[in-house]
Amino acid sequence: MAGNGNRVRVLVGTRKGAFVLESDGKRKRWDIAGPHFGGWEMYHIKGSPVDPNRIYASQTSGWFGQMIQRSDDGGKTWEAVGNEFAYNGVPGTHQWYDGTAHPWEFKRVWHLEPSLTDADTVYAGVEDAALFKSADGGKTWSELSGLREHGSGSKWQPGAGGMGLHTILLDKFNPERIFIAISAAGAFRSEDGGKTWKPINKGLLSQYIPDPDAEVGHCVHRIAMHPSRPQTLFMQKHWDVMRTDDGGDHWHEVSGNLPTDFGFVIDVHAHEPETIYVVPIKSDSEHYPPDGKLRVYRSRGGGNEWEALTNGLPQEHCYVNVLRDAMAVDSLDSCGVYFGTTGGQVYASADSGDTWEAIARDLPAVLSVEVQTLP
Amino acid sequence: MIRVVIPAHLRTLAGVDGELCLEVDAPVTPRRILDALEASYPVLRGAIREHGTRKRRPWLRFFACEEDLSHQSPDEPLPDPVAQGREPFFVVGAIAGG
Repeated sequence: MAGNGNRVRVLVGTRKGAFVLESDGKRKRWDIAGPHFGGWEMYHIKGSPVDPNRIYASQTSGWFGQMIQRSDDGGKTWEAVGNEFAYNGVPGTHQWYDGTAHPWEFKRVWHLEPSLTDADTVYAGVEDAALFKSADGGKTWSELSGLREHGSGSKWQPGAGGMGLHTILLDKFNPERIFIAISAAGAFRSEDGGKTWKPINKGLLSQYIPDPDAEVGHCVHRIAMHPSRPQTLFMQKHWDVMRTDDGGDHWHEVSGNLPTDFGFVIDVHAHEPETIYVVPIKSDSEHYPPDGKLRVYRSRGGGNEWEALTNGLPQEHCYVNVLRDAMAVDSLDSCGVYFGTTGGQVYASADSGDTWEAIARDLPAVLSVEVQTLP
Repeated sequence: MIRVVIPAHLRTLAGVDGELCLEVDAPVTPRRILDALEASYPVLRGAIREHGTRKRRPWLRFFACEEDLSHQSPDEPLPDPVAQGREPFFVVGAIAGG
């Protein structure tokens, strides 16, 4: 295989450990290593685009709290680095489930986003929602508190899974620009490297909040961006698949003919910025695919018109979920698409979604999937 | 030497096997044991006590001499058998999860 690489490494975080899957460019035979950190919840594992051997992992446990692990050899060995996430100043309160004010408390790191330009710089999205940054390879962390303090923080509230900052998107053309998303607060944008922030939720409509088009309070599940088109973002909201073409200033719905527009994941094809993928889930209380059929839906026109991709996926008696950080793409010539399920399967397609194969079948529930395309 | 037993996951993190032996100045208290433990194994900082407040994490307990000492002051001297190294100080993960 030519193109941007000839091997792939899939980083899988599960409820009970991390797994590293590797294959050549054909993506037919997979070597599976793990579990790393067996027994721990591995919320997210992601490699640096600058140095693919540098990988960061969020390791967490109800008993023992948060650890950040770092690998400098592609996931073979790991070193625990800094795990102190202290909010700046007195963090104040946000809304609790019952509408009362609740103090901000650090619980875990949901998402790690390595810098596009420096392997030692990495961002962490945490619960209770805040954004942290490390510039020393994860040893120390500082809060970018302008987000939490920008004015609407006291109105944020947790979704059913907690109040986590789960999406961090970096713009390769503008290092000062960062997009983030929080459940259940919404999407936010910074134009100055994370110092100041503004909500970007205009056009979102959420019937489950008192003011359906409020500035904040929307349960955004995931945002995806093609690196070449940073003004265009795609969103899987609690309900609704949305799109913006002005960097989040205005959103419009592109759910179109999806069988249900509830879901968690959304991602963009590596070479076709208008080709996007979602996995529809039946409803907010029935977290499994409609009709027991696991189907990825692909739109080749940036939304509205969707086709079901089923070849190789279970089409009966399937009641797994696909969580928000559990889909990724590789950048080989024929784009690979990957996702993991709460049933412990990792499915891969080496042909942009036309056909699928389970490359791991019996892992613990999958929390996150990331892919590295290697030379 | 003070004997300390920590949960298996923390032994893995710290890269140790079995019981730990620590030098702890008298009077031997939970705080002094945990300070010595974290000084010897910095990776355990935040895993037994919260960063900042240094409070015991909610799903962990401190046992010694068949007593649950979790709710006493961390500055309360521990029983003589622990201070004399005849009995270990246990850091125990709560049973949870069904």
